[in-house]
Amino acid sequence: MTEPIEIRGIIEAVSGPTVVATGMRGVKMHTTAYVGNIGLLGEIIRLNGDRATLQVYEDTGGLSTGEEVVCDGLPLTAMLGPGLLTEVFDGIQRPLAEMMTGDDPFIQRGLTITPLDQNRLWTFVPLKKQGDVVETGDIVGTIEETKTITHRLMVPHGRGGVIKDIMRGNVTGSDRVVVFEDGSHMGIFQRWPVRTPRPVKRKLPPELPFITGQRVFDTLLPVAEGGCAIVPGGFGTGKTMVEQAIAKYSRTDIVIYVGCGERGNEITDVLTEFPELMDPETGRPLSERTIIVVNTSNMPVAAREASIFTGITMAEYYRDMGYRVALMADSLSRWAEALREISSRLEEMPGEEGFPPYLGTLLGGFYERAGRTECLGSDSERRIGATTVIAAISPPGGDFSEPVTQASMRFAGTLWALDADLAYRRHYPAVSWETSYSLYYKKLSEWYERDVAPDMVELRGWLMNLLQRESEVREVAQIIGIDALQEADRLILETSQVAREAFLRQSVFVENDAFATFEKQYWMLKVIRAFMDCAEAALKSGSYIDRIIGSPVKSRLLKMQYEKSEGFKDKAMTIIGEIELAFTAEEDR
Amino acid sequence: MDLIRREYSTISGVYGPIVFAQGLVGVSVGEMCQVKIPGDDLRTGQVLELRGERAVIQVLEGTRDIDIVDSSVLPKGELATVTLSTDMLGRTFSGLGEPVDDLPQIIPEQVSEINGLPINPAARDKPNLFIQTGISAIDGLNTLVRGQKLPIFSGAGLPANELALQIVKQSRVSSGEEFCVVFGAMGITSRDAFFFREGLEAAGTMERTVAYINLASDPIIEKLFTPRIALTAAEFLAFEKGYQVMVVITDMTSYCDALRVIGSARDEIPGRRSYPGYMYTDLASLYERAGRIKGRKGSVTVVPIISMPEDDITHPIPDLTGYITEGQIVLSRAMHRKSIYPPIDVLPSLSRLMNNGIGPDKTADGHKELSDQLYASYARGCDVRRMASIVGEEGLSDLDRLHMQFSDGFERTFIGQGEGERTIEETLDVGMKLLEKLPKSELTRLKQ
Repeated sequence: MTEPIEIRGIIEAVSGPTVVATGMRGVKMHTTAYVGNIGLLGEIIRLNGDRATLQVYEDTGGLSTGEEVVCDGLPLTAMLGPGLLTEVFDGIQRPLAEMMTGDDPFIQRGLTITPLDQNRLWTFVPLKKQGDVVETGDIVGTIEETKTITHRLMVPHGRGGVIKDIMRGNVTGSDRVVVFEDGSHMGIFQRWPVRTPRPVKRKLPPELPFITGQRVFDTLLPVAEGGCAIVPGGFGTGKTMVEQAIAKYSRTDIVIYVGCGERGNEITDVLTEFPELMDPETGRPLSERTIIVVNTSNMPVAAREASIFTGITMAEYYRDMGYRVALMADSLSRWAEALREISSRLEEMPGEEGFPPYLGTLLGGFYERAGRTECLGSDSERRIGATTVIAAISPPGGDFSEPVTQASMRFAGTLWALDADLAYRRHYPAVSWETSYSLYYKKLSEWYERDVAPDMVELRGWLMNLLQRESEVREVAQIIGIDALQEADRLILETSQVAREAFLRQSVFVENDAFATFEKQYWMLKVIRAFMDCAEAALKSGSYIDRIIGSPVKSRLLKMQYEKSEGFKDKAMTIIGEIELAFTAEEDR
Repeated sequence: MDLIRREYSTISGVYGPIVFAQGLVGVSVGEMCQVKIPGDDLRTGQVLELRGERAVIQVLEGTRDIDIVDSSVLPKGELATVTLSTDMLGRTFSGLGEPVDDLPQIIPEQVSEINGLPINPAARDKPNLFIQTGISAIDGLNTLVRGQKLPIFSGAGLPANELALQIVKQSRVSSGEEFCVVFGAMGITSRDAFFFREGLEAAGTMERTVAYINLASDPIIEKLFTPRIALTAAEFLAFEKGYQVMVVITDMTSYCDALRVIGSARDEIPGRRSYPGYMYTDLASLYERAGRIKGRKGSVTVVPIISMPEDDITHPIPDLTGYITEGQIVLSRAMHRKSIYPPIDVLPSLSRLMNNGIGPDKTADGHKELSDQLYASYARGCDVRRMASIVGEEGLSDLDRLHMQFSDGFERTFIGQGEGERTIEETLDVGMKLLEKLPKSELTRLKQ
């Protein structure tokens, strides 16, 4: 590897987040540079003769022509290693807490801070010894990064060989933890260019579900581990609520939350809640398994563009250790808008709605960084990791025909379309079961039949069918009135109302309801089905529909989501018993 | 800063509100300058963009009479600033921060750049303190908290100004705390200006108010400065002086139109409805200045008013605003026609920070459940009403009829409270009484 050469140029033009510099002959595309007297970080995005155009990751106010640009020839990288978890970074991986110099609550410009603390002491437990042969991706030892997560220290890309020396015990960022026979060495930190996917041995098919604990997702619209789900919705439909619910309750090892161009006050919510919320599995604070990358809407636009790449690079790093990682991106539309803003400053020919024509390509490249993979490393250390991407999208006016939603729908396997009408009536998660889909379901159905219950797939089909029939019956009712409907049709409306209120609606604010195990989901479905079957039988034997609607047992069903997941099966059996009793009694009358 | 003021007679073009000048040595983006016109006319300008030799300057007071031969540009060597002091309270300024109330200039305690800096998300304090506005549709269903930005989406002829004034007058803070109002107006009519002045004076709030007023007849570029100046003043009062600041900004539609004028004068590629593609980022740089900061006493709460063209909530201005602010209060023409005041359409209205500000120690236990239930029942009632208009009331079931009656009552008594004020207890009480008319089995959201 040749040492990068420093190249110095002069600012010629400044427009919004872009700067043009001359005298830049020899610089490489997508390398970083320090712009102006205060040294704002920028990245080279266009070359033309000895002119280079840079996107600047900080506000360019105050820059003048004639100031210097210094290019160090390095790409935009993320620093990877222990200490990432619990931390909060901005879009270019500057730690926000460390940026609060003294008492200043505002972000000053031109600050350069190393993402990870070089001097922090870690306890390193070696797994290899002198003389062992290791290759890229092999785990040389572990560090307890948090009480929840053990950091597995991997041989960085392009290193490896016979270990000459390996440390034990206290290490810091400046230590040569492993020295190889050929004189090369590795420490606890490594850097990776954020725009390049980290390599894997091979990708694996999506066979396992990503468990969210949210009934409408797990039962109806699952996303596979290593898959992609997109959550488009107009403002106020609860995208952020969905993202946060999944960040809190999903069964995953690590969560990376990228607040891309979103609200500062909402990030405050995440920052204050996560250290207090306990992971139900480990009983430890959620923050111990979380990294937050945040570039709020008023922070510089180019750093917003970089934030999702910074996020996914960290996700891939933990995936490579063999962890299941969930990346929550909120929202990709803000990322696309940053791209559009920069593109228009470059005076590129716009594509649809002013977005650059390469929007789809970049989005596809991002989504494809998700996946369930076999990680790099020797065969004896076979590990499987996964990165699942849940991306919120904010279509203007809630109209899904816009380019970002449309491009995303081509790549993502699951669509959770949020519906303003459901949100207006405070039905959360406001996921429309009519427009949403999951392409993973077929592949996952084997798992459902094996790990949940043999008839789980059939029950799901029954529920989908019920909801579909409901919308048909509703159309008829709009014309002729509910009273004029056939009794069987009214029963469909009644049952689907129970399914919507009790099953599909779920409150993250109620302790017992926030996370539903698959067992609970299955048995809730069983109860609702029993209600419909018994009521149908009662109707056939001459009972009146009004009696069924007014039956007190219905309110039992409408409250069952507030029962604990543990032991729910017994509760469900009791309720089914009550249903049978109530409707047989109906028949006797 | 240069000690010698340089003067450049190098204007090469004038285009709408924009002047192009050549060879300005050492000027920076965002720098303020003066444009000198023969006859001792000095105008204020700001450098927007630098392209090699050429600087793009927007002129605040308009470009009339500027010529290429005799006019000149004098860079000031500093970014746009505003002078700040607690003496601002009770005063009225122009949209550029000059006194317009026949009183002398204020003596500055501090001079700040009006663009401000983003608040570090790690320094933000959780907005969780309830503000009682006295308006049931807000307090009960879309609770406002300190540090929130909650816009009012209005339409031509709807009483947004009245509502904003009512919020300002009735907002309570606990004793011992200092409360003040920063009022920023862009492109409002003199009639509106009188309305606000009289309203604030009648409520005795005027001496706690700083007003920055750009009238509809004032130069368009000024409108881009007014909200930034108002918010800089608000940040100063809140984070330096410890005030609980309520910022009312009206009308954001005028602001966005000014943004569009500049964009088209700069030959930018337009976005939706020819508003600039960076409007989201630009609006965010204003709205996001709301908040609370750890270790500081004060707070900045922002209530912007937006007139939706053609009452269209998907228009780019309300749409982008809704994506930045923490909810919205939407006014309804239909309810206004039914003489319901305040005519708040609660279904599309939302306060994202509501859950932080309500509950046992703040408002009441069960507030959230009550609010959810009111929403669910009202939404159902509205559905029924729509159906009744097709099939007639005879086609409804008894339960549906009850829901329709509930919705009517809800609009008339809960939302339509008139101009009076309600405490949060009264608000919740009215809501509960309305729900009692529905059968218990329908109240699935309430804790029993």
